[in-house]
Amino acid sequence: MRSPILLIIEREFITRVRKKTFLIITIIAPVLFAALMIVPSVLASLPADHKNIVVLDEPALLLPEVGNEQFALDYLNPTEFDLELAKDYLRDSDKDALLYIPAGEGWDPDFIKRNILLYGKEDIGMELQGFIENRIEEKINQQKLLKQGVDPEVVNQAKTQVSIKSFTLGEEDGQDETSATPLKMGLGYIAGMMIYFFIFFYSVQVMRGVIEEKTSRIVEVIISSVRPYQLMLGKILGIGLVGVVQFLIWIILSSLIYVVVSQFIYPEIFAQQSIAGPNGPDLNVLETAGVFDMLSSINFPLVIGGFIFYFFGGYFLYSALFAALGSAIDQEADSQQFMLPVTAPMIIAIITAMNVIQEPNGQLAFWMSMIPLTSPITMMIRLPFGIPLWEVALSGAILVASFFAVVGVAGKIYHVGILMYGKKVTWKELYKWLKY
Amino acid sequence: MITAKEVTKHYGEKIALGGVSLNIPKGSIYGLLGPNGAGKTSFIRIMNQINAPDSGEILFNDRPLHITDISRIGYLPEERGLYKKMKVGEQVLYLAKLKGLTTAQAKERARSWFDRLDMRSFWDKKVEDLSKGMAQKVQFVTTVLHEPELLIFDEPFTGFDPINTNLIKNEIKRLNSEGATVIFSTHRMESVEEICTDIGLINNGTVMVEGPLLEIRKRYKDGTYSFTTTVPFEFEQTTFVSQGDIHTGYQTVLKLDVYPKDLVIDLAQKGQLIAFEEVLPKVSDIFIDIVQNGPKHNTL
Repeated sequence: MRSPILLIIEREFITRVRKKTFLIITIIAPVLFAALMIVPSVLASLPADHKNIVVLDEPALLLPEVGNEQFALDYLNPTEFDLELAKDYLRDSDKDALLYIPAGEGWDPDFIKRNILLYGKEDIGMELQGFIENRIEEKINQQKLLKQGVDPEVVNQAKTQVSIKSFTLGEEDGQDETSATPLKMGLGYIAGMMIYFFIFFYSVQVMRGVIEEKTSRIVEVIISSVRPYQLMLGKILGIGLVGVVQFLIWIILSSLIYVVVSQFIYPEIFAQQSIAGPNGPDLNVLETAGVFDMLSSINFPLVIGGFIFYFFGGYFLYSALFAALGSAIDQEADSQQFMLPVTAPMIIAIITAMNVIQEPNGQLAFWMSMIPLTSPITMMIRLPFGIPLWEVALSGAILVASFFAVVGVAGKIYHVGILMYGKKVTWKELYKWLKY
Repeated sequence: MITAKEVTKHYGEKIALGGVSLNIPKGSIYGLLGPNGAGKTSFIRIMNQINAPDSGEILFNDRPLHITDISRIGYLPEERGLYKKMKVGEQVLYLAKLKGLTTAQAKERARSWFDRLDMRSFWDKKVEDLSKGMAQKVQFVTTVLHEPELLIFDEPFTGFDPINTNLIKNEIKRLNSEGATVIFSTHRMESVEEICTDIGLINNGTVMVEGPLLEIRKRYKDGTYSFTTTVPFEFEQTTFVSQGDIHTGYQTVLKLDVYPKDLVIDLAQKGQLIAFEEVLPKVSDIFIDIVQNGPKHNTL
């Protein structure tokens, strides 16, 4: 005779995995994930839209600027054209836009900057407008400085570009690590989001399963064979197993698609980016060796171990809560009033993710990684940044302890709830059930 | 089979069972009878170990009920159903395995039940594709498949169509004759009167009367006699109950203080008497009597 929990896990797992929707979601999701990874890279590498701009530069402010690869500037002779003629010229030519810089009286930069006009045959794009504003601002700045009598040599050198190399201070000299903040941010954020998604998606399935058993009225038949807590745990474990399998398939399939596309279909794009990094110029300063330095600055055993721990810890905690909720209501439509208070902590953890990333060792981050309803997400976001071990241990211990407390309470509510039909349940009622 | 000793159960302020003591003899068909809300389902859930009593205990074959005993009990709850999206065969096997059967045992017994009740074609269908009557048969099979010593049916015939009711009554009688003890719990007392050997009447969480059905009916007899005669006859100083044509003759039911020896002889001598019998009260009449006048003690 097999343990009833195993039988329940088996049924929950097999009935779900055999469904058509499981197959569809399992296959479509990785395609979407892979698309999310690939499409931005492909888009970014597409040749930019080339535009020809004709400039009527009365004060000769921009001259002799010719633009860049994307925007080409051509100049009209101010002695031959005025604004109206220039507009006519634009209409009849194959140019895309007309930039008009008026001279005004006496070369007054404040007058110029207020009266520049840009006409396009089509809508002017943000990029074009930004490019032109940028160029003109720089020229006006230079002109202002020259007017103040600053040496033209100095003015030309005033243009500065800054890129900072940051380090995390090591215990001793020579151990300073290259700071890998962007990588850590990405890693923490993605891991936190994955946990959030996993908890939400599969806990709600636990609730649905409980409601299904209740509305189909099979639940009393079952609990005359097994204890209610066995049914609840079996369901949670079975659906968790479905989740793990689905997640593994997703990770493997998405990686496969990513590798195939990046190696064989668009190798040139990805070869270029693997050095520059997805954020382009920000990471340009880091050489290939720097990337390895960055990777080695992350404590991967801790991050991976933490991910697995919080992944399951969070799921078990929330699915027990959702099982109790499901038992208390007769149909899914009634679940709304109870769902929000239970899911709010998770949503708060996601909303505050950015604050936590910016200050991974701040007060907010600390407390949210201690509260068990938010810690699976918040702690996961922080883990790549290197968290004192005692904090991780404490947060983990709190999570485990509250899991047992919640399972006790949820099990009680569940036991009463599944046998209660046709009752609109309130929070007060749930509290009373604890004393049955 | 089952002995309950002073079993109590509270739900919050509400008292569901206020000290229930019952004895359900081995091999009996026991009617656990009482109005809705009397505590029948609460008691059954304790027997099935779905809920624990607040105090008191239940003996199963003269020793305290143990968790492993659930595999020896077959329970058809009042709120019953099946997984709608699951195939019938898989579902029957699953429920049987939860009761402790091996896959091979479960398969073999399920096949034989499916043959007997003419359900072979159900095996690969989903429950949602069955008619209500078909699903009821499946439900019944899942209750008895593990060959329990004790069968408990809570409101067994509500929601069952007449054909299935009859079929299942016969199957239950057969299982009983093969040794299973059967408990019927219902508020429709007339529905089980004919097949019960023993009854327990329960009201407001307490047992009002309990014992062999015939003995109880005799204890509560009230001097009602039925005469079937060829022609209507005159009577005096008696409480008249009913009179009318029945297919064998003319029936008069009277309530009398003493045994109507002279009247019977008189009618017989005139050649008018076809049948004469003492009418024992129905369980529902006994129930009303007890609620109004309190229980009678055994005077036999």
